[in-house]
Order: sequence, then C-alpha cells, then structure tokens
Amino acid sequence: MEALDTLILSRIQFAANISFHILFPTITIALGWVLFFFRVRYAQTRDDKWMAAYRFWVKIFALSFAMGVVSGITMSFQFGTNWPGFMETVGNIAGPLLAYEVLTAFFLEAVFIGIMLFGFSRVPGWLHMLATFLVAFGTSMSAFWIIVLNSWMHTPQGFEMIDGVAFATDWWAIIFNPSMPYRFAHMMLASFLTVGFLIAGVSAFRWVLGDRSREVRAMLKVGVTIGALLIPVQIFMGDLHGLNTKEYQPAKVAAMEGLWETQAGAPLVLFAIPDEAARTNHMAFEIPGLASFILTHKWDGVLKGLNDFVAEDGTVLHPPVAPVFWSFRVMVGTGMAMLLLSWASVWFMWRRRALHQGRITGHWLAVEGLPKPILWALVPMAFSGWVATLAGWYTTEIGRQPWLVQGVMTTEMAVADVPAPLVLGTLITYLAIYVALLFAYIGVIAYLARKAAKGDDGRAIDMSHSGKAGVMALSPAE
Amino acid sequence: MPDFANPADWLPWAFASLMGLSILIYVVLDGFDLGVGILFPLATPAEQDKMIGSIGPFWDANETWLVLAVGLLLVAFPQAHGMILTALYLPVFIMLVGLILRGVAFEFRAKARDHHKRLWNRLFFTGSLMTALAQGFMLGLYVMGLEQTWATYAFATLTAVFLAVGYSFIGAAWLVHKTEAELQHKSVRWARESLWGVVLGIGAVSLATPLVSTRLFEKWLSFPQVLYLAPLPILSGLLIVWLWRMLRAMPFADDRRSWLPFAVATSLFALAYLGMAYSFYPYVVPERLTIYEAASAPESLFIIFVGACVVVPVIAGYSVLAYTIFRGKATELRYD
Ligand code: HDD
Ligand code: HEM
Ligand code: HEM
Repeated sequence: MEALDTLILSRIQFAANISFHILFPTITIALGWVLFFFRVRYAQTRDDKWMAAYRFWVKIFALSFAMGVVSGITMSFQFGTNWPGFMETVGNIAGPLLAYEVLTAFFLEAVFIGIMLFGFSRVPGWLHMLATFLVAFGTSMSAFWIIVLNSWMHTPQGFEMIDGVAFATDWWAIIFNPSMPYRFAHMMLASFLTVGFLIAGVSAFRWVLGDRSREVRAMLKVGVTIGALLIPVQIFMGDLHGLNTKEYQPAKVAAMEGLWETQAGAPLVLFAIPDEAARTNHMAFEIPGLASFILTHKWDGVLKGLNDFVAEDGTVLHPPVAPVFWSFRVMVGTGMAMLLLSWASVWFMWRRRALHQGRITGHWLAVEGLPKPILWALVPMAFSGWVATLAGWYTTEIGRQPWLVQGVMTTEMAVADVPAPLVLGTLITYLAIYVALLFAYIGVIAYLARKAAKGDDGRAIDMSHSGKAGVMALSPAE
Repeated sequence: MPDFANPADWLPWAFASLMGLSILIYVVLDGFDLGVGILFPLATPAEQDKMIGSIGPFWDANETWLVLAVGLLLVAFPQAHGMILTALYLPVFIMLVGLILRGVAFEFRAKARDHHKRLWNRLFFTGSLMTALAQGFMLGLYVMGLEQTWATYAFATLTAVFLAVGYSFIGAAWLVHKTEAELQHKSVRWARESLWGVVLGIGAVSLATPLVSTRLFEKWLSFPQVLYLAPLPILSGLLIVWLWRMLRAMPFADDRRSWLPFAVATSLFALAYLGMAYSFYPYVVPERLTIYEAASAPESLFIIFVGACVVVPVIAGYSVLAYTIFRGKATELRYD
C-alpha cells in the first residue's frame, strides 16, 4: 500500500511538472521562428514596425524561455528522484537520446539566447540574425529528440531485452519509430498554433485598448494567418496520428472513442459519460458509423472495443477511459474553435480590404474589418493553444497507461522507493510555486501589452514622427 | 589508467572524466552567478542592475552544464543516478526550487511593474542562496558516503554554509572584473571577506574525507602516495595567500589584472576538485558502486561518446564566442 501511494503521488507530481514545463516550450519553439521572421522582415524592409514587433515579443520569449529552462531542469532530475526504474530498464536507449538533446540542442539555445537578447548593439546584424536562427533551431532540435524518446515509449522497436534490461539493436529503427513522424509534426504544429493564437490574442487585446499602431496591425495579421493556415493541416495531421495509434495502441483509440464493444460501423460518440464500473456510456449522443468511417475510411469498418482488453481473470489492460475520452474531446473541440475563429477573422479582414480599397500588394487584410465580437473572442483564445496541447498530451500519456514503455515495462515498475509523505510535501510545494508563477507570467504579459498600448514602449508609430533612426529610439531598459 | 583496447574498460572512465569536467565547469560558472545572487542584498538598486547585467548573457548557458552533468550521470551510470538522487531527494528538491525561483526572478524583475520589482529581487537572492546551500549540503552528504545520521547532517550543514560563502567569493571575484568604481571597491571587499568560506570548505572536506573511510585513509596518508598528493595542499595554500595579498591591494591602477582574482579562484576550485576526484575514483557512489559496475552498455556509451567528441569542442567554441562578445565592464541590461 505504501508503495502504491508513492506511485500515485509520483505520477501526479510528474504530470504536474511536465504539464507546467510543456507550456513554455510550446511557446518558445514556434515563437523563436516567428521572431526570426520579424527579424528578417526588418532586415529586408527596414520598416520599424517589424522591429517593434520583434522587441515586444522578444521579451515574452525571454520570459518563456527562462520558465522553460528552470522547469526543464526539474524534469531531468525527476527521472532519478522519482523514476529510477525507468533508466535502469531502458537507460541504454533513453540515455543516448537525452544526451543528444543536451549536446545538440540545449547548449545551442542557451548560449545563443544571450546574443539574441542582449547582443543587438554589440554584434553585426548578420550575427544577430544568425543567433536568432540558432535559438529557434535549437528549440526545435530539442523538441525533436525528446519527441523521439517519447514516441519510442509509445511504439518501441529496434531493441532486445536481456535479463530485464533493454539493449539497442538498431538506432535507425529506434529514432524513426512508427509514431515519431506523426507526433513530431503534430507537436510542431501545436506549437505554431499556440503562438499564432497568442500573438493574435495579445494584439487584439492591444487593439481593443485603443492601440492603432502599425506593428499591432502587422502582428494581428501574422497571428491570425498562422492560425488560419495551420489549423486545417493540424486536423489532417491529427487524423493521420489517430490512424497510426489505432494500429499500434488500439486500446488507447478505443478509450478515446468511448467504444466498449468491438463492432462494425461504430458510431462517433460526440458526448457521453463513460462509466468504467458498469462498462458502458451514459447519456451518449452519437453519430452512427462515423467513427468507423474516420478510422477505417469505411462506413462498416470494424473497430476494437475496450472489452477486448480485459484479461480472462478480469485484469483490466486498457487505460482509464474517462480522462482519455474527455481530454481527447477538449483537444478536438479547441481545434474546432480555432478553425472557426481564425477563418472568420481572415474572412472579415479580407472582405473589408476587398470592398473598400481593392487589393493593394502586400495588404490583403485590413484589421478594421474585424467586428467587435471577433476581437473580443480572440482575446481569451490567446491561451487556447495551451488548453489543446495539454489535453492532447493527457490523451496520449494517460492512454498509454498502465504501460510506461508500451509492452515493455509498466509505470509501477519504475517508481522510486521514496516515502509517500515526502513526495506529497514536494508535490504541494511544486504546485504552489507553479500556480503563483503562472499568475505572474500571464499578469506580466497583460502588463506589457497595456504598457505597449499606452505607447510608452517606443512604438513604430511614434518613430515616424521623431525621424530618428528607429532602432536607437527603441531601447527601453528592460 | 584504463585499458584502451577494451571499450568496457575505457568508456566508463572516459564518461566519468567528462562528467567530472562538466561538474567542475558548472561549479565555477554557475558558482559565480549564484554568488552574485547571494551578494545581491548588499548592493544599492543601481548596483543591482549592474550586477544582473554582468551575468545576464551567461547564466542560462552556465546552468546547462548542470543539465549535462546530471544527464551524463543519468545516461552513463543509470544505477548510480537513481541511488544518489533518491538518497538526496530533499536537497535536490530544495535546489530545484531555488533554481526555479532565481531563474524566473531574473526575467520577471526586468519586466514587472516597479512595485513588484522588490519582490522579485528578494526571490532572486533567496533562490540563489537556497541553491548554493542545497548543493553544499549534497556535497557534504556525498563525501560522507550518503550515510544519513545526525553526524553526517551536521557535517553537511557545515559544507552547505561553506559552499554558499565560497560561491559568494567567486561571485565577488567575477564582479571585481566586470564592474568599476564604487561597486568594484565593494566587490573587492566582499571577496576578501568571504575568502574564509573557501578555506574552511576545502579544509573541512579534506579533513573529513580520510576519516570517513579507511580506504581513503590509506590512499591519502600512506607512503609514497602522500608524496603524489602533497603538491595539492601546498599549491592551494600558496594560491590562497596570493589571493589574500592581492585582494588587500586591489583594485590596481588602470584596472590592471582585474581578471586575476577570478582566474586564481578558478584554479583553487579546480585543485580542490581534483583532490576529491582523486579520492573517490573509481567509485561513483562512495564505497558502494564503482563506475565500472554502474556503467551502461558499451554500445550505448559509444554512440554518445562519438557525439560528444564532435559536439563538445563546438560548444566550447561558441561559449568562448559569447564570453568574447560580452567582455568588458557590465552595463545595465538592455534588450538591444
Ligand atoms: C516538445 C517539446 C518538449 C518536451 C516534450 C520536453 N521539452 Fe524540455 N525543453 C524544450 C522542449 C521540450 C525546449 C523548447 O527546448 C526548452 C523549453 C525552453 C527552453 O529553453 O528549451 C526545454 C528546456 C528543457 C531543459 C532546460 C534546457 C536548458 O538548460 O537550456 C531541460 C533540462 C529539459 N527541457 C528537459 C526535459 C525533459 C527531461 C523532458 C521530458 C520528460 C522534457 N524536457 C520535455
Ligand atoms: C510534454 C508533454 C508531456 C505531457 C503534458 C505529459 C503528461 C503526462 C501525464 C499527464 C502523465 C500521467 C499519466 C498517468 O499516470 O495517468 C504522464 C506519464 C508519463 N510520461 Fe509524460 N507527458 C509529456 C511528455 C513526456 C515525455 C517527453 C516523456 C519522456 C521522455 C514522458 C515520460 C512519462 C513518464 C516517465 C510517465 C510515467 C509517470 C507517470 O505516470 O506519471 N512524458 N505524462
Ligand atoms: C481537431 C483535430 C485534432 C485531431 C483529430 C487530433 C488528434 C490527435 C490524436 C489522435 C492524438 C493522440 C495521439 C496518440 O494516440 O498518442 C493527439 C495528441 C495530441 N494533440 Fe491533437 N488533434 C487535433 C487537434 C489538436 C490541436 C488543435 C492541438 C494543439 C494546438 C493538438 C495538440 C496535441 C498534442 C500536443 C498531442 C500530444 C502529442 C502527440 O501525441 O502528438 N491537437 N491529437
């Protein structure tokens, strides 16, 4: 019993830590590339609005990066403090992947971020641009390696077990394991969508506060465009990901769909309350045949149900149903909301421009076209990417339970023999710190947006009057 | 010396060396920026901005050496990683909280509204101090072979204090180089006043180590080993005397040799560290697990080794680039 308590607490603690951590990589991965885009546009056009946009977002990038780094350091210690069994069993495979992440990604980003943040006036323009590029590249590299490891835990291959320890036999197979391409693509897209909506939301917030500067227009358009372009790709990618999961982790898909009995022409359950004790859904609202159609591309395709994953003796071999079922719906629901909102925004902006001024090169969209309700909807959607990303990870990770490495070791085998009260104490402290930091983080973003909207941030619009070289005027000491 | 014809023999050795090296680099580099954090409350607000400026471009990369060190422990000696970190559960946790607080405070204090800045300043100091104390505590317990009794806790508490003072010493030495005028004078004084932490820290660990185990007693104090080891304490003593005299006369005219205290402090840390490495080799968990028993499969180690040989020189290269770009006296931090 003691060990079980420690297990549950360690799981909650790990989930809390990684959930907090992933919020910030999700932002830094794509925001790095967006900053690089702003920087390149500035170099091309010498238009101050791009520099103003760069300046505004680089602060948020720096803040997110710091949050990502410190919570990431926590993550790398967690393996030893709470999950020693993990490295003892699959260390020969997880080890090199983690090591390559540190060597090829962490140092790259950590060193060049100094130049990117503070080097603008110290290094030549090309070097500053290169530093920005390398930071973006580094965050993507680190996402790649950690996703390789995580995907391998879902669809392991390229190894053999000797005396209960995994030994690598084929590194190519380990790195390009079956779910890796889907997971990596889906995660990178998730990151870009998160950032797109963050930029759109914060810019919409500045707009409703009365900020009509040129960079606010540019940023709003960039944010909404990223969202509108990528969300269909993401939905398509998600579908492919689901097909892949159906092949390798059918129990997870059954839980996502809330499907108890194996059947042909399985319905898509839009809403239900899954009841694991009674092994059925309550208050189900379904579309007949659609789940089979989505997952097999045939209306009468056969889908495996959860009851197939119960052993003769009654041992349950599938993941807990309700959390997987619900988090999957939260993710897809958020995706749909993103689709609606971003397309509606683009349509209104495009129509305004088309009706009133015709298409001027480089100006396809007019922010004035956005109706009030849409602007106000964009503001709370600033953090919608976080919701979808967390929901997605919960689907994936809870859906893998009771396995830690699918078919190789269970989560229970990995847990440390640390007294439960100790874990409880550290868990509560972590949670308190994380909640406080989240408030501070969102508060500071809102504060920076307000400050910029009031205009005491050296904005592009002011500079066109002062006639000074834009860059020089743009150096608030923060 | 290991047998270089046999990978199962030289790979663990190579990884132990690499890990040792990254811990040393970490202690020196993050040591100075943690130290600056510990000295923080002693400075005026304007000076504090300068102090932050002197570590701003570096702290993140400095901490990455810790990630590399614990990463190498994790990948090369997984069993030891589990054993050490579960034994040190609480101090590791305190260190992590410290690192979280100071890392984010660093960014928040520059962006938050003015009346919140004081809070973040305080957290920056608290976080730095917590980290340093926790690391010192872990050092003490490690030297004591991870035994957990009141006596070892008492010893670990001592090393915790010494390491925190030692970090503020190397932090002050860094500031002597990176600052000027009033703040530089202050830094010289801080360095002089915290030198005792280094002396007592090295002394305590050196005295305790041979007393904890008879193996180490033999290794240190039997003839002729004692002759090989003798240069270490003698050199350290000389360096300390040199530092002491130099710090009484600094800063020199025209800011000459302002880098010297930091350089000498680094050598001193390196010597002390070498002594420890000599004592514990070939154990990775003192008296319980050697690097050969704990090592991962040679094939996996080899994959990492190839990568490390290519990448580590590149990392060194661009780290030097960063320190070159931000050389000279620190100014207030500006995102431009
Ligand atoms: C999909 C992306 C992703 C995922 C799933 C994870 N991370 Fe992460 N991590 C990043 C993407 C990232 C990043 C984008 O590269 C970060 C965020 C901010 C940063 O500086 O780098 C980072 C930072 C970061 C750092 C600090 C690096 C530094 O000092 O610069 C560490 C030690 C870790 N992570 C460790 C982990 C561990 C042990 C994880 C899983 C158990 C993990 N991360 C999941
Ligand atoms: C960053 C996005 C991630 C999120 C949000 C996430 C979330 C979660 C959650 C919620 C669980 C708990 C499942 C349960 O116990 O019911 C879990 C389990 C686990 N995940 Fe992830 N995970 C992420 C990435 C990773 C990665 C990249 C790794 C490995 C390198 C990993 C390793 C583990 C381990 C070891 C467990 C088992 C411990 C546990 O059950 O809590 N996760 N994760
Ligand atoms: C709307 C259509 C979407 C579909 C059909 C979809 C599909 C999926 C599926 C099937 C999984 C589980 C993968 C597994 O079995 O392991 C998943 C995971 C995930 N989803 Fe989605 N998704 C959608 C939208 C989104 C959106 C909008 C985001 C974020 C902005 C997102 C972020 C994630 C993340 C971060 C994961 C976990 C990592 C992974 O396994 O790739 N998804 N998604």
